[in-house]
Parts: sequence; C-alpha cells; structure tokens
Amino acid sequence: MTPRPPTSYWIVFAIVLALLAAAPLVLPPFWQRFATEILIWGLLAMSSDILIGYTGMVSFGHSAFFGLGMYGAAAALVTVKPPSLWLAVLYGLAGAGLVAVFVAYFATRLRDIYFAISTLVFSQIFYVIIFTWTEVTGGENGLTFSQPPLTLFGLHGARFTPVTFHWFVLAVVTLSYLAVRRVTQSPFGMVLQSIRENEPRTRAIGYHVERYKMVAVMLSGLFAGLAGTLYAIQNKFAAPDFVFFVVSGEVVIFNVMGGMGTLVGPFAGAAFFLLLREGLSRFLTEYYLIPLGIIFTLMVMFVPQGLLGFARRALNR
Amino acid sequence: MDQIVIQTINGLVNGMVLAVVASGLTLIFGIMDIVNFAHGDLMMLGAFVGATVLGITGNFWLALFVAAIVIAMLGVLLQVTTLRPLIGRDPLTTILATFGISLVLQKYALWQWGPTVRKISEPVSGQFALFHLQYPWYRVATAILAGLIIGGLWLFLKYGKYGIWIRATTQDRVMAQAMGIPVPLVHTAVFAIGSAMAAASGVLFGPFAGVTQTMGSDFTLRAFIVVVVGGMGNLGGSILAAIFVSLIEAYAALVVSPAQAVIVSFVVLVLTMLFRPTGLFVPTPK
Amino acid sequence: MLVLENLNAHYGKSHVLHGVSVEVRAGEVVGLLGRNGVGKTTTLKAIMGLVRRTGGRITFEGRDLTGVPTHGLAALGIAWVPEERRIFRLLTVLENLRTGLDRPGLDERKRQELLEKVYRHFPVLRERRNQAGGTLSGGEQQMLAIARAMMLEPKIILLDEPTEGLMPRMVSQIREIVHALHRDGVAILLVEQNVPLTLEAAERLYIMEKGVVRHHASAAALRADQRVIHEYLGV
Repeated sequence: MTPRPPTSYWIVFAIVLALLAAAPLVLPPFWQRFATEILIWGLLAMSSDILIGYTGMVSFGHSAFFGLGMYGAAAALVTVKPPSLWLAVLYGLAGAGLVAVFVAYFATRLRDIYFAISTLVFSQIFYVIIFTWTEVTGGENGLTFSQPPLTLFGLHGARFTPVTFHWFVLAVVTLSYLAVRRVTQSPFGMVLQSIRENEPRTRAIGYHVERYKMVAVMLSGLFAGLAGTLYAIQNKFAAPDFVFFVVSGEVVIFNVMGGMGTLVGPFAGAAFFLLLREGLSRFLTEYYLIPLGIIFTLMVMFVPQGLLGFARRALNR
Repeated sequence: MDQIVIQTINGLVNGMVLAVVASGLTLIFGIMDIVNFAHGDLMMLGAFVGATVLGITGNFWLALFVAAIVIAMLGVLLQVTTLRPLIGRDPLTTILATFGISLVLQKYALWQWGPTVRKISEPVSGQFALFHLQYPWYRVATAILAGLIIGGLWLFLKYGKYGIWIRATTQDRVMAQAMGIPVPLVHTAVFAIGSAMAAASGVLFGPFAGVTQTMGSDFTLRAFIVVVVGGMGNLGGSILAAIFVSLIEAYAALVVSPAQAVIVSFVVLVLTMLFRPTGLFVPTPK
Repeated sequence: MLVLENLNAHYGKSHVLHGVSVEVRAGEVVGLLGRNGVGKTTTLKAIMGLVRRTGGRITFEGRDLTGVPTHGLAALGIAWVPEERRIFRLLTVLENLRTGLDRPGLDERKRQELLEKVYRHFPVLRERRNQAGGTLSGGEQQMLAIARAMMLEPKIILLDEPTEGLMPRMVSQIREIVHALHRDGVAILLVEQNVPLTLEAAERLYIMEKGVVRHHASAAALRADQRVIHEYLGV
C-alpha cells in the first residue's frame, strides 16, 4: 500500500461513513435494501481479499463460509426461543469457523491452483451435504425463520426496521473493516504480503508460513461467516443456493472488479457488480451475466488492478 | 453381485466419456499452464450444437462432427482473443479470465436454447439383457467410440508431425521455439483439439441425461478432479483417473444417493492433492 | 553475417548487457570468452529473442531481427545449442531430431540425408534413436543437442559451453564436430570456458566482462600473446 497522509484518509473515511449512514434516510425502500445488501456482499468480498489480495491464495469456496454462516444463524433462530440476535451471530461464526478449520488445514499444504480447486471442492461438499440432508437443513427449500430483535447491552430493543437494520449492518461492517485493516497493516499482515510476493523466501527468513496461512484462512472464513449471518437475518432464510460455488465466483468477481489487496476495493466491486446487475437485468433479465462476464474478462485482461487501482493511478497522473 | 457388475459397466462407460473431456483439459494445461474453467461449458455448447444439428438433419454422426468443428472454431476464437495475450502472466489471471468466459458461455446457452432439457436421441437403438436390466447398446457403443477418440488422439500425439510438435512444446516451450516450431500456433491448435473433444463428448453424453446449460460446470469440476488425480498435464494418468473416479462414484451410488456419491470423488481428489500431488498413476518424478 | 551493435538487454529490472558489439562473418568460428556471469549466455539468448532487448540492434544477413519471433529464427538459418542442452526429455532421440526436420520444403530424401549425416558424426545417436532423450548421458545429450541444431541446416550455430562437464573423450568429439561444421561452411558463435579449445577452434575472439566486450583479437594474436586472457580470465 502506498503510504498516504492519515488525516486525509480519515476525512474520506468519515465522509463515506456519513454518506452510508444517511443513505437509508433518503433512499426509497428498494434502494435502502439494496444499500444494505451491498454492505453485506462487500463484507464477504473483503474477507476473501485477505486471502486473494494479501496472501495470494485464491479461494473459490467462500460460499461455504458464507453459507455456513447463514445456516449457523438459522440453527440458532430456529431452535432457540425467543430468537436471539447475538446467539445467531455466535452460531453463524461457529458454523463458518468449522469450515474454516477444514480449509485452513489444507491451506497449509496446497498452493496456487491446487488451493483454489480444494476450496471449490470443499464448498461443493458442504453444498451437497446441505442440499441432500433434508431433515436437518430443509434441503432444496432451505430454512425460514423470524428476524430477531436488536438487543444491545442487555437492553431489549425494538424490532429491526430497514433503516435500523442498515445501521446495524453498517456498524458491523465498519468495525470489521477497521479490524481487518488493522490486521493487514500489522506485522502479521506484512508477513502475509511477503508470502504472496515470495513464499519460499518468507519461509527461508524463518517465518512459519503454514501458521500464517492458517490464521489468514480462519480470519477470512470468520468474516465471511459474519456476512452470511447478516444476510440470513436480513432475509429471514437460509438456502442452499448460497452455498453453491456460483456465489464464490461472484466474490472473486467483486475482488477483481474493485481491486484486490485494497479491502475497500471489494466493496466498490460489489457495488459496481450489483448495480450493473440491477441495471442490466431490467432489460436483459437473467442474461445480464453475458455483458457482465465480458466486462469481467476484459477487466482481468486490461485492468488487473481493478476499479480502485485504476482510479488511484488516474488520480496520481 | 448383479448390482456390482451393472455399476462396473456404468462406471466404465461414464469414465470413458469423462476421459475424453479430461484429456482435452489436461492437454491444454500441460502445454499452456492454463486451467480452463470454461472447458465444461465448451462441452455443454457442443452438446447443444449437436442437438440442434440432429434436430435439423436427423443424423447423429453428422451432429457429432459439426459440433466438434463448430466448438473447435469457438475454441480458436477464445484462445486467440483472450488466452494468447495472457500467456506468461500470473496463472491466477488465466483462471479468472476463463471463469469469466464460462459465465458468458453458460448464459449464452440459456439465452439461445432456454432452460429446458434437450434430448438427443440415441443413434444406436436396442438393448441387451444384463441380469434384471435391459442395458442399452448405445452406452456400450459410446464407451467404444470414446475409446476410439482417445486412441486417435494418442496415435496423433505419438506419430503425427504435429503431435511431436505438441509434445515438444509441452516439454520445453522455449526450446521448441528455437527449433522453429510455431509455438503460438501450436497453442491455438491444442486449444482447438481440446475444445473439439469436449464438444464430441458432450454430444456422446447427450442421450444419457439430456442437455442442459448447467451440465458445463458439473463437468468442469469432474474434469478438474480427474486431471488432478491423474497428474496435471499427464494424458495417460487422466484417462486412468477418469475411469477410476467414475467407478468409485458408481460403486458409492450403491450405498448413497448419486448426488452424495460425488463427495466420494471429492475425497479422492483431496487425498490425492495431499499425499500424491503429482497424481495417482505416475511414479513421482525425480 | 550476424552483427550485434551496441546491444543492451534487461532481465526483469536488472540491466545485464551494456552495449555488446560482436560480428560473425559467414562461415567463421568466433569465440566469446569471459568469466561466469559476464553476459555470454545472455548475449546468445538476446540473439534468440529470449531476453528483453532494450537497445542496440541485431542484424542477420542485413536483416534487422527486431520483431522476428523466436520461432522465426530457425527458418532464417540461426540455430541455438543452449548451455543446459534442453533435450526434449520424453521424446525419443529420433523425435528430438524430427523437431528440426518437420519443416516446409524438406523432402523425405533430404531428411534421410541429414539424419545419416549426424548419425555418421555421432554413431551413438543411431544406436539410441528409439530411447527417450532424458535417459542419455550428459555427453550424449550434448551430442543430441548439436545434432538437433544441425537438422535445421543452419547458417550459424550459437553454441553455448558445449564441453562443460564432459569427459575428455567427449570433448574431443565436440572439437571434431566443430571442425566438421566449419569445413561445411557453418558459422559458429562459440561461448566457452575451455580456453585452449576456443583458441584452437576459433578464428577471432571477443572477451567479455560485466556485460560489455572488453577485448577483440584474432585467435592467432591471442595464441601468441596470452597475457590478455590471463588478465580477463585469470587463467
């Protein structure tokens, strides 16, 4: 990352945060919901950026973390009465953490395309289990439940409105972003980046590369699970479609479009993708992926640093 | 016992079709270091083209041939426009680019042919008694045809002038260039061959379960498994692995549902990557 | 015939050739001497278009090689025998040779002639023709690498350390083939560490140091006065 004056960074940060907080107050209901979704998908994409952008490991299996986050939340909300928000988050993180342990174990042994394939295969294993274990997971239909109320510091708050839920998501996402930013700028994050640049050399210097990769995968998986939990609470359901690898593919697209290794980029990528999808699907219905796929491929070829990297270079010029 | 024999035959038949798909994928990986995420989608498109030609002409063999040619040309187009400029870049880039292509091809198929399952009728009719089952001759014919395609590929690589070019380029791209072999052209040709083989297997597989636009990603994943289990870039290994994995899935389907049987091959894949990343069927290279 | 003028080249970001000028005339054997890492091999790779040329010019028979792809050089008459030999390990000896024979304008009779010719020079390749290239010994691989280059009927061979790590008997075989090629009118740009061999085989020599040519003299002059060689090579 290029060093930049911290004050200007925080000014931009505050402005963006204020805009995001004000968004639901001025937007019509459809776009309110849309803004919340961008935040959730952005969080998922950011979690994957820890691996793709910082450690140089492409995960094609983030749908598993996300999906297990959803089903974890669903487990808490279906079984425990009255439904508890924090228990849902806890279960969701536990679900995603379970997958992350698996993937982390393999992450330490496999590299490059082998890692990518193994994450893809893992997500498919979980997909098949969820899809076929109808008694527990609801199979193809998934699970539906009611939304838990917001409780904070023991206070029994009211039910979520779209606006308060947006603020809740914004708060979670902001804290997650700051936490991940802190991690990537810490010495730990520097080691991850040096693994990305040159794994053998990092190992030769004496770092226990395997452990660093493991922690990176665990971290990435937990934040992805958090995103899944939020999505489940927003939509009041958990469905196998979200464990399917198509979702993982979208996460990779968000990263590429927005700019890998920037944390903010994946949010921009998610917003860009979802807006494009919204706009294109109005008159192309589900075929929106044809132009979108072409745009994506062209970006991979000609703008590999993504929108954010492109904008940054354009500004510096 | 009957069941085991039946599943053995099923596994062999499926394995031969899968071997045709996977050998194209492994050939492309071996020579270009490109993991082609769109490979299964080329198969799927081939099946649709075949189904369309069959619908017009009623001739299965013509459909097979036309599908192979059309998809080979599509492969040439994709390779020249998208993959050739990316050779030598980070392998991640080609994975992502072919992933993008895969999305486009899938949705194009949906747009062009719709979501309903297309039937391809069997060119070889008739059945024979296999225990309590009437087993279709077509499945046996498919396995033989797939074997012929693979055998043809093998002979071409072994003795053909361009086969030697392909093998030389696979082993040492730079030295092949120095010997005057037009390597960019060889890359394009190999991509075309791989695409044609994918298309052919799509048409062959069509009568088994019909043609849908989602069969592509399913076969991409299967072919990946086979290519890794067989040893990346190793043609003979891929063919053995295709049969091995299909047999295991067929036997697993005796115990669990076919959807769950897939997990067994996933497990085989993961174990291979962990303990024999060079593939199950080759001695570990020195 | 082959002229390098003020050639500059980069490996990634590091500048490795700082203006190399070398000329090889038709049918001439030219030696390129220098310690390890002074850019001899890189010079050959630059001619083959395998390192990034960042300045200067390479012409072959008056034709600028800029923009000619590596695989187009063989047809012009340039063959390369790399230091690592780079045998196609899984191809048989005969298939290795065939990579240079399957080119347009070569009929079956001519192909047989070329094969017979290298088999005469290297009988061991005939014996091993159906054996995988990777199973040959180091010396045999070197012979195969030279034989493979000869299949292209080149006007010039870029020969990179052909005697490195070979037994004396093999070295004398290499010496013989260099002479034979010379007799046939094939030019050779010979990169070597073996000074006596180079002095004997070459007509002119260039001595490189740190990416530039430091000295240029006829072999006869250097044979008469070897101080320059001692100075640059420390032998």
